Amino acid sequence: MESLRKVEVITPKRGMFDVRLHELWGYRDLILLFVRRDFVAQYKQTILGPLWFIIQPVLTALMFYVVFSRIATIPTNGVHPFLFYFTGLAVWNYFSECLTKTSSTFISNANIFGKVYFPRLTVPISIVISGLLKLFIHLLILTLLIVVFYFQGWQKIDIDWSLSLLPIYILLLALMGLGLGILFSALTTKYRDLTYLLTFGVQLLMYATPVIYPLRFTQGFLHKAISYNPLTSVVENFRFSLFGIGSFDGIGLLYTAGCSIGMLMLGVFVFNRVEQSFMDTV
Amino acid sequence: MEVIKVNHVAKQYRLGQVGKGSLVHDLNHWWHRIRGKEDPYLRITESNDRTQQSNSNLVWALEDISFSVQQGEVLGIIGKNGAGKSTLLKLLSKVTAPTLGTIHLRGRVASLLEVGTGFHPDLTGRENIFLNGAILGMTKAEIRSKFDEIVAFSGVEKYIDTPVKRYSSGMYVRLAFAVAAHLEPEILIVDEVLAVGDVEFQKKCIGKMKDVAGAGRTVLFVSHNMEAVKNLCSRALLLEHGSIVSEGSPTQVIETYLNSRNKTDWGRSYEEQEAPGNEFTRLKSIELKPIREDGKSIITVKSSLEINISVWNYVEDLVANLSLHLYAATGECVFNVITQLPPPTLGVGLHHARCVIPKELLNTGVFYVSFMLVQDTAKPLFNFEEVLTFEVEEERENTNWHGKYPGFVRPNIDFKIYS
Repeated sequence: MESLRKVEVITPKRGMFDVRLHELWGYRDLILLFVRRDFVAQYKQTILGPLWFIIQPVLTALMFYVVFSRIATIPTNGVHPFLFYFTGLAVWNYFSECLTKTSSTFISNANIFGKVYFPRLTVPISIVISGLLKLFIHLLILTLLIVVFYFQGWQKIDIDWSLSLLPIYILLLALMGLGLGILFSALTTKYRDLTYLLTFGVQLLMYATPVIYPLRFTQGFLHKAISYNPLTSVVENFRFSLFGIGSFDGIGLLYTAGCSIGMLMLGVFVFNRVEQSFMDTV
Repeated sequence: MEVIKVNHVAKQYRLGQVGKGSLVHDLNHWWHRIRGKEDPYLRITESNDRTQQSNSNLVWALEDISFSVQQGEVLGIIGKNGAGKSTLLKLLSKVTAPTLGTIHLRGRVASLLEVGTGFHPDLTGRENIFLNGAILGMTKAEIRSKFDEIVAFSGVEKYIDTPVKRYSSGMYVRLAFAVAAHLEPEILIVDEVLAVGDVEFQKKCIGKMKDVAGAGRTVLFVSHNMEAVKNLCSRALLLEHGSIVSEGSPTQVIETYLNSRNKTDWGRSYEEQEAPGNEFTRLKSIELKPIREDGKSIITVKSSLEINISVWNYVEDLVANLSLHLYAATGECVFNVITQLPPPTLGVGLHHARCVIPKELLNTGVFYVSFMLVQDTAKPLFNFEEVLTFEVEEERENTNWHGKYPGFVRPNIDFKIYS
C-alpha cells in the first residue's frame, strides 16, 4: 500500500497549468487498449473488415480524379493526378480524422466519464494513435501505387532526402489535429453550436489546403491566404519529398511546427480546465 | 489513520436547459471574477428540496458536508433518492469537482458507481477485462497477474472468449464486478450493486466487501437496503436535502431515517368546504397508524397497519359500502376489501370506518391506497384516489440473505421442515 502515503487533494478549480502528465503516463496501458478497442470494434460484423481501410481512400481518389482532373481539368504540377490526390488525401484524411474524432471526446464518452475517473486526455490521444494505423495502410497503398506508376512509366520519381522528414510531417499533423480537436471538445461541452461549425469548417478547410490543387496554381491574395494555412506546408513538402516536384519549404515547416505546438498547448490547457467538471454541463 | 477527509464541501447544479441564458450567466460570472468580486450566483442558490418549486434555477445538491473516514472502516451512506448520495460519491471518485470545499484522499479510489463501465459489447470477455481494468486504473501487468482469479470469481469461464453482448445481464454484471473487486484499491466505493445479480453472487460480493475491509482498506457503501447496511457497515451517514442529518452507528442512523421518511405520508384531514369529494360525499380525514409490539411508529413487514377513514355523507338513507384498493408502486392492485355485508344504512352526516392490514402480509415496497363510497353495493359515488402512500421496510432476523423477496405479499404461511 505504497500509495497510502500520498495524499490527493480535490479542490473546486484546478489551475489551468496544472496538467498532470505523470498521471497520464501511469495510464499508458489504457491508451493502448483504447487503440486496440477502436481498431477491433470498428470493423466487427462487417464482411470486408479492414479492407475498408483500402477501399475508402482508393475510391475517393478515383472520384477526385474524375471530377477535378477530368472534368474541371485542374493542373497537378507534373504529378499524375491520381497520385497527386491520393497523396493529398492521405495527409488530409489523417488530419481531419484526428480533428473531428477528438472534438467529440467529452460528448461521446459522457457515459464513461460520468462514472469513473481516469485522465480524460487518454481518449483523444488514443484516437490520434488509432488514426495512425489507417494512415499507415494509406501510405502502404501509396507506395504500391508509386511503384506501379513508376514501372509503367506514368510517373517520374525523384525521391529526396527530405522524405526522412515523413515522421515529422505526421507528428505535426497529429499535434495540430489533437490540439484543435480537444480545444473544440472542451468548448462544445456547453455550447453545441460549435459542433456544427466544426463539421462545416472541416469541409471548407480542405479547400483552403492544397489537397486538390498545387499551391503554385494560386495567385495574389488567395496564394497568400493559403500559405498562412499551417497545413499547406505539410501537404506541399510531403509531395515534394515523394515526387521531387516543386521546392522544399523549410520556413513553412517551422511555421507549421510553431502553430502545432501552440495549438496543442492551448488545447491541453483548456481541456484540462474543463475536464474536472464538464459532467455538470454536458 | 484518516483516509478520507471531506471539508465543508458543497456542490451546485444548474437546473434546466443550457441556452442563451447560460451564456449571459457565464459572462456575468466571469466579469465578477476578473474584478475579484464574489460570485453572485453562489448566494441565490437554493437548497436541495425537490418538493418546493424553486425560484432560481440553481440548486445545492450538497451543502456544507464535512466528515472523515478512518482506514478500514465500512461507511454506509443512506438517504432518499435525490438526497445527494450519488453526488457525494461522484465527488469522491473525481468524476466531477466540488463547487466549494476540499476533499483529501489517501490512496487509490475505485468506484463501482455502476458496474461494467467502458465495457464494449463487441469485445470478448477477456478483452473487456483488460480494458475495464485499465479504465479503473490497473496496469496491464497487474491485470494479467490477476486474470485467472478474476475469471474464476466471475464464474463465466466458458464464455470468456465470447463478445459480451451475447452475455446474459447476470453474467455481464458478474464479470464487471469481478474486475472491480480485484482492483485492490485503498478506498472502494460501492453503489447499489447488490440490487443486481443472483443470491449466490450477492454472497460473493458481500464476502468480497468484508475481505476488502478486513485487509485494512476502506469501503463506502451506498444502498437502500437497510439490512445490508446494518450488517456490513461499522458506521453510517444519513443525507437529507444535501446535508448530513445523522451520523453514527448504523442501527441508530437507520432508525432515524425510517422515522423521518414516514412522517410526511401518514394521512391528513380537511375542512368541509375544501375536502375532496362531490355532492354525495366528502373526505374528512384519513390516517395511517402502524401498530407494533414495541410501540415504535415505523412501518416494516412486522407492523400491522390501521387505516382510519372519516367521510361526510350527503345522501339520505344511503345503503353504503366502502371499497378499499391497495396498489403496489408499479400500479398493480394487490387487493380490494369492502366493508361488511349486508351493508348498513347511513343518515346524512359524518361516518367512520377502520381497516386493519395484518402484519406479515405485505412485502417490502411502496404501496398506495384508494377507496370508494359505494351505494347499494353497485354504484360508486366517489373514488378517493391515492389518499395514502407508504413504504414497508425490511425487518428480518436469522438470515444471511439480504436481497429483496419477490412479490407484493409476503404472508406468514406455515411451512416447515420435519423429519
